[in-house]
Parts: sequence; C-alpha cells; structure tokens
Amino acid sequence: MGDGGVFLFVIALLPFIGALVPGVMIRAGRNACATFTAVPTALALILLMLLAPAVLRGEVIEAELVWLPQLGLSASFFLDGLGLLFAAMILGVGLLITLYARFYLSGDDPMGQFYTYLLLFQGAMLGIVLSNNILLLLIFWELTSLSSFLLIGYWKHLPEGRRGARMALAVTGGGGLAMIGGMLILGNIAGSYNLTDILASGEAIRASEWYLPALILILIGAFTKSAQFPFHFWLPHAMAAPTPVSAYLHSATMVKAGVFLLARMWPALAGTDAWFYLVATTGLVTMVIGAVIALFKDDLKALLAFSTVSHLGLLTMLLGFGTPAAAVAAVFHVINHLTFKAALFMIAGIVDHETHTRDIKRLGGLARLMPVTAVIGTVAALSMAGIPLFNGFVSKEMMLEEAAHTAWFENPWIVPALATLGALFSVAYSFRFIVHVFGGPVRDDYPRQPHDPPAGMYLAPALLAVIVVLIGVMPFLAEPVVAAAVSAVTGTEMSPYLKLWHGLTPALWLSIIAVLGGAVLLWLHRPLARAWDAAPRPEAKAIFDAIMGAAVRLSRMISETLHDGVLSRYLAIMVAASVALGAIAWSGGGLAAPTRTPLPVPPVVAVGWVLLIVATASVVITHRHRFQSLVIISIIGLMISVGFVYLSAPDLALTQISVETVTIILLLLALHFLPKQTPVESSPARRLRDGLLALAAGGGVGAVAYAFLLRDVDAISDYHLANSYEGGGGTNVVNVILVDFRGFDTYGEIIVLGIAGFVIYALTEALLNGTASRRLRQIEYEPDRSRDRHPLMMVIATRVMMPIAVVVGVYIFLRGHNQPGGGFVAGLVISIALLMQYMASGFAWAQARRKFEYHSLIGSGVVIAGLTGAGAWLAGKPFLTSAFGYVHFPPIEEFELATAMLFDLGVFLAVLGAVMLMLHSLSRLARHAGETVNLEPMDFDPRTRAEAEADGKGG
Amino acid sequence: MITAALVFAFGCYGLGLLFNLWRIVNGPNSADRILALDTMVINIIALLILYGILRGTAVYYEVSMLVAMVGFVSTVAYSRFLLRGDVIE
Repeated sequence: MGDGGVFLFVIALLPFIGALVPGVMIRAGRNACATFTAVPTALALILLMLLAPAVLRGEVIEAELVWLPQLGLSASFFLDGLGLLFAAMILGVGLLITLYARFYLSGDDPMGQFYTYLLLFQGAMLGIVLSNNILLLLIFWELTSLSSFLLIGYWKHLPEGRRGARMALAVTGGGGLAMIGGMLILGNIAGSYNLTDILASGEAIRASEWYLPALILILIGAFTKSAQFPFHFWLPHAMAAPTPVSAYLHSATMVKAGVFLLARMWPALAGTDAWFYLVATTGLVTMVIGAVIALFKDDLKALLAFSTVSHLGLLTMLLGFGTPAAAVAAVFHVINHLTFKAALFMIAGIVDHETHTRDIKRLGGLARLMPVTAVIGTVAALSMAGIPLFNGFVSKEMMLEEAAHTAWFENPWIVPALATLGALFSVAYSFRFIVHVFGGPVRDDYPRQPHDPPAGMYLAPALLAVIVVLIGVMPFLAEPVVAAAVSAVTGTEMSPYLKLWHGLTPALWLSIIAVLGGAVLLWLHRPLARAWDAAPRPEAKAIFDAIMGAAVRLSRMISETLHDGVLSRYLAIMVAASVALGAIAWSGGGLAAPTRTPLPVPPVVAVGWVLLIVATASVVITHRHRFQSLVIISIIGLMISVGFVYLSAPDLALTQISVETVTIILLLLALHFLPKQTPVESSPARRLRDGLLALAAGGGVGAVAYAFLLRDVDAISDYHLANSYEGGGGTNVVNVILVDFRGFDTYGEIIVLGIAGFVIYALTEALLNGTASRRLRQIEYEPDRSRDRHPLMMVIATRVMMPIAVVVGVYIFLRGHNQPGGGFVAGLVISIALLMQYMASGFAWAQARRKFEYHSLIGSGVVIAGLTGAGAWLAGKPFLTSAFGYVHFPPIEEFELATAMLFDLGVFLAVLGAVMLMLHSLSRLARHAGETVNLEPMDFDPRTRAEAEADGKGG
Repeated sequence: MITAALVFAFGCYGLGLLFNLWRIVNGPNSADRILALDTMVINIIALLILYGILRGTAVYYEVSMLVAMVGFVSTVAYSRFLLRGDVIE
C-alpha cells in the first residue's frame, strides 16, 4: 500500500470524524459551525485531487485492511475513474451545500445537528463509491439509508417530513435487504467478496444458473435507491426535507447510488438479454412516467422530484442498453444532471425562502424581482430541457442517438418513440419552470415580497450554472473525467469524443421534435392539467400505505399468536417440548450400560432427603400462603447448603447459605407490599395439566441425572483439577475457575448483576414517581403490630457482630484463591453484616452513616475487573490472562499475589454494591408509604436515661 | 468409642431435624415455624461439627461458624416481618 492507499483511508474516514465536530461547534456560532463542516470535506477533496492525476492516467489506487477475513469482509477501498467521478461529485456538491445551507437554515433550526447528519451521509456515500469489498459496500449502503432518514426527517415538527422519512427508509432499506441477498449470491459465484475479483469474473457470473436471482435482487436494491418505477413514489414524499437535503441527496448523490451500482456492476452483470430487458425497460418506463407526472405538479420541488425520477430513468435505460457508447452517454449525463439539477433545487429553495411559497400557481413574474435568481434558474432549466449551448443538450443528444438504433423485441421504433416522448415532456416541464415562475407579469399577491437573496445563497447555484454553460459550449472539457470513468465502467480503455455538433443525425431531428412538442404542450398546459386532474389514476402513496398496513397487521397477528404474554403457556409449551424430546432420545436406546454402582446411603443423609422431599411437597400445598411457604423454602436452601458440604464443596455451601439469607430478606421486603395470599385463578383442569407436566419434567431431569451419575463421563473437571495450580496459581479450583479459566464469564456475570441492581433501582424510582405511588401512600399498617421498632438487644448484638463479620469477610476474600472463599462470598458476607445494621437501627440511621454510593461500588467493581483483564494486554497476552507470583515481607509469611485477586476485588465490589442497591431500593418503598423515619439508633437508649439521671442529680 | 458416640449423636440430631420438620409443616402458627427453622439451623451446625470430627478436617468447623454467623439473620428477618411488617424500617 503506497501513499495513495493511506490517502484513501483518510478520505473515507474524514467525514465520519468531521461529523463529531459541528454539533459542538454550533456553540461558537453558525459561521464557525458551517466552516468546520466544510473543513473535512475540503480536506478530503484536496486529497482526492492529489490522487486524481494518477487515476486519470488509468491507474487504480487500492488500500486494504483485513477486518474479518473469516467472513470475507475487509476494509478495502479502491479508486478508479468511476469512483473518482462520484467521489468528486459527492465532496464538491457537499461543499456547495454546506455553504448554501448556512444561509438557508433559519435561526430556529438546530444547525449543528444538520451538519452532523450531512457529514455522516457524506461519509456513507463516499464509502459506497470507494469500497472494494461488496460487504463493506452493503454496510455503507445501509448507512446512507439511515443517515438520509435523519436528514429527510430533520424538521421533526412536520408530520409530512416524518412520514416521508419513514417511507424513504422503508423503501430504500427494504431494497437494501434484497441487495444483501443478491450480493451474497454474487460473492458465492465469484468466490470472493472483493469487487475487483467479481468484476474480473463477469463471464462466470453471467453463465451461472444463479445469475438471474442475483441480478433481480441487486436490481431491486438499485431501483429502490434510484427511485425507479414502481418504487419511484418515495422520492417526491422525501421532498418534505429541507431544500439543501433535496439538492444533495435527491439530485446529486443518494439517488445516484443506484445508478452508480449499475455502472459498477456493469462488467459483471451487463450484456445479457435479461439485463437489457429488465434495466432498459424499467429505465424507459420510469423516464416517461416521471416526465409526464412532473409536468402536472404545481409544487416546485415536486416538479423537480419527478423530473429527477425521469432523469434517473434515463440513466438507468442508458446503462441497460449495455453498449459502451450508451455507457459514455450515461456517465456524461450523470455529470450534467448533477450540475443543473442541484442548481435548480437550490433555486427552488431560494424562491421558497424569499416568497414563502413553492406553488407554481401563486408564482410568476419573478424575473423582474429576483433577476440573479432568474438568470441562474433559466440557465439550469434550459439545460434540463436539452437546449443547445447547455450541457444537458449534449448528453440528451447522445441518449437519443443511442435510443434511435435500439430495438426492443425486434421492434425498432418503440424505444426511440418513447425516449422522444420522455424528452418532449422534459422540455415541457423545464419550460414551465422558466415561464410560470420567472416569466409573466409581476403579481401583487406573493405571500412575501420577494427579492434576491444574499450572495452566499446564490453563489453555489451560480457556480453550477457556470459549469453548465462551460460544458455546454465546450463539451471536450469533460472528456478526461468521462474517459476515465467510462473505462472503469466498461472495463476497457476508452477515449470518448464529446462534441456539440453531431451533424444532421436522427437524434437531432428527434431533439427538434421534442423541443417543439414541449413548447406546444406548455401552451396547452391549462386544459391538459384540467384533464389530468379529472382522470382517475392509482395513487402510489395510498397503495404503499395499504401494503404497509397489511404488513403491520400480518406481523402483529403472527406475533400476537405466538407471543400472547401468557407466561404459563410459554413455560408449558417449552417444558412439554423438552419432555417429549427427552422421551424420544431416551427411547432411542443409545445409552450404554451403567459402569458405577450406587453408594450406600447413611441414615442422616436419608433424613436430609426426607426433609427436602417433604419441604418441596409442602411448598406446593401451601404456596397460596406466601409467608408460610417462604419459611418452608428456607428448609430447602438449608438442605442444599448442607448437601454441598457433604459432597465436599464447602465454598459452594458458603455461597448458598449467604445467597439464601439475602434472598429471604429481599422477598420479605417485597412481600410487605404484596397480598399475603395468592388468589385462585386457574381452573382445576389447568392445574392438573401443569402438575402432570411438572412431574414429567422433574422425573425426566431426575432420570437424566441418575443415568449420568451411574456412568463414567469425560468431563472438563479433570482438566481444571490438573491445571488449577500450575495455570492459575491457586489450589481452590472453584475460585480459579471463576476468576481465571472462566474469568470472561464471570466478568459478564458481574456486569449483568450490576445492571440488575441498577434496573431494580430505576424501577422503584419509576414506581415512586408513577401512579402506583398513590396506592403506596394508602397502605395501612395493622394496628396490633409490635411497638418494638429497634429493640436494644438486637442493636447491641448486631453492633458486636459487625466487626467480626467484616473481618470474616476480608479473611474469606483474601484466602479465596487457595482455600474456600473468594470475592463473591465475601461480598455477600459483608452485605449481610451491613444489612443487619439496617434491620436493627432502621433505614435512616444506617443511611446517614453510609460513606459510599452503592452505584459507584458497582461501577468501580466492574471497572477494576475490566482493567485487570485489560492489563494482560500490556503483557501482550489475551484479555484476562492472569499472572501470579510469591512475595515475602519479613514480618509475615510468604504469600502469593495474583492478578486474579484484583479481579476478585472487582467481583467483591460489584456483588456488594448490587446486593445493597437492590435491598436499599426495595426498602425505599416503605419510606414512601408514609413510614416515619428513625434517627436514633434504638428505641430506648440506656445512655440517655443515665444522662438524664445525672442531669437530675446535678440540677 | 468415638465412632459409637458419633453414630449416636448423628442419630439424635437427625431425629431432631425430623421433629423440626414436623413443627414447621404443622405449625400451628408462624412463630412456631420460625422457631423450628432456627432450631433446624442449630441442628445443622451440630451435624456439620460432627461430620468434621468424623472426617478429621478443620474446614467443616469454619463452615459451621459461618452458618452460625449468617443463619440467625433470616430468623431475625422473619421475626421482624411478623412483628412490624417491614424488615428494614
């Protein structure tokens, strides 16, 4: 990769980096904001111009960064003639639009936001034209859809803006989805997702049986983006956008993306009958329909929108012809259309800005009031009509020339006739733009008295108009650019010859017919428009709304059938399915004979078993009495902890018993606000079904466990046991698994735990501010409750316990790596010690003595764990690789220091923070329920009485 | 000798657990249940120590101490719930 390659990356990145700036710079004023939008664009343009000479000589500049080679995705860019042309257009017009928008947007519009969106869009567009990898191209393709959604809906207060943005996103985004399919097929055929490889294997692609599906899918993507019939309807609705957006997206860049793609894929896909009939026909139909509708639109921007549709159809048709000469015409017309259409949109924006209307019927006579605007608008519109000496003429001549000798199903006259018809209507609406807006007498009923805008506003269209005339008079000026681009499109070296005068060719006669016919049409416009309004015709928006409505109804029906919110039903289906699958697997008979014999059961263990069974059954029977079943659940927790001890897992037992305690307190806190009884809601039949399901599932799980316990199975445990000390530096295998072998899982888990804590906090916060808060305030306490709020005995006992519990917690934490313990248990033990203080002396008293926010405990825990993991990168190892060593300070014994311990500290903090935050959040509810707070440590403090007596004696 | 004593003690505490279970399931009132649960925790602590003696390792003593330290907290919570309704006032 040479210097040029580096430049390419910079060019592609500049708009995205630049997009960060305007949103901030708006604080420094509107001029600063616009300037800082222009800077990255201008820089990228300068870099592009530095690369241009080499590209014009025929070189192709490439740059590649491997990204996801497994997927065939790489960040690779290349710059050839076609890319250069489009990139220059995107950046050049981007600069002009930045200037124009500075004056167009009013003080109320959030300008920083606008420029940020604009640069995002510009970056996405540049990405499309520079990508050398079709997967990367697809990403940028979708990015243009998204950023154009933001831009079209920029005026959020306008409902038509929001609707237009949504429609554009639905149509272009949907087309993008189709294109993804097509591109993947294409990549599969070619065996590579690199564009240069695909373009080189055109013959193999065209011969493949998957050619047609790929072609159709890609064409759907290109046609939706470039507003080809029948997907053209979104473009006029997108005109609700501010005019700079229309001028940029809907004339110069985004809608040309489809055309660009057709041109890009030309060597791979063009040249077949399918290509010709699909692309050329669609283009032809779009061109005629767009031109006809444009003539009858009274809204200036709608007229221009349909004219754009028509011209995009023209480009598509030319590319569809599949001949090199047609490709030359297409590329040349891309340039010409850009210049006159962007200028016209800006002129329409100026007219709207100055007169406060875009309705042609209310305009007229502006030539005298706004002479500068009128001159620029007339020049651009004459070019659009294809009048000699303006650049539109040259490319339209070339188009008619190509159409004149193209046969459609062996019919030699239908293409030229329709092309001429399209040109004729195009002349008519262009003339209408000039005559009905600028011509005629000055009126006295404009919504606002118009005059020419400040120079900043007409500078951009004026520059474009100058180019229109320059190329129109001296077409050879564009030759080098067109040559480079066409060579890239066709894949062969070409040097087209662009000239103004082609002689008395058939195209000239067709042109003359078009101009004369267009003039006649304009003369007849009034009766024609009346007939047009009276004629019935399908309304694209209504059809689109109907389709969207039907799609929404269908998906809602499907999702509501599958996803009806009845949790017990989901669970029943899931359990029944797993039981059925288990039964099928069981009956397959693939189970080997047992290799182990059951161990004898000591009587005490049998007692524990009885306790578990009876407790479980009792919970089922008493589950409607919530408090009672909570007490019984405690038995189950206790038995599981003891079971862990018996089966040689003391640290699991520690964890289990701590979790049990915290859970019970949590449930009791919640139960305080819940009904103490569960009402009967389900029918007996349903309970029977659920009971049977539960029995089947429980029996199934038991059978599986039993089957596994009787057999020797290769498990990962052996690996952990063997490597725990050597690999992780700890003899406590469970802890080493948690903080080392499976450290990444643990890291994810503490994050989830922290999120759960925050969510509970946020939910109770929302609850307290919501409608439930009133009901909370109405909770009444039973009159006969005990008057011992903070009994002396309990307060003293917990105070004594506190330091002991904290020391135990620290001890468990410190030895965790080698002996039973660890950060998780330590966090629970310390949170229990703190909870005891809350229970003994009350919320307010304990809260007043809290030194840290629980939120920040969670945060710092996750950060510490993350930093510890990232520290491994410094040593050049993967995330979370642990290191350990042994340290010896003289007074104490030699001890081990492992980075895993720091990680464990993160776990400890996160657990402590999350548990405390949850309990704290739940108990806040009680404060809201009108409970009084207690600032004294206990109900009755002996010290106060002693003091009182002392005072009594003294006084 | 020590083995026989251990077997006897295991039997006693096992029986104690069953009695506790009966009290928890039958009630009749919540205070009975909470007390029985607390007694159950104490029986468990005893069993853990006995098991430690049987196996001859110190780990179980620690576990029993931790169970003792933590085990009474839920009893306190249940009692507070019964007496005041709110566990943390």
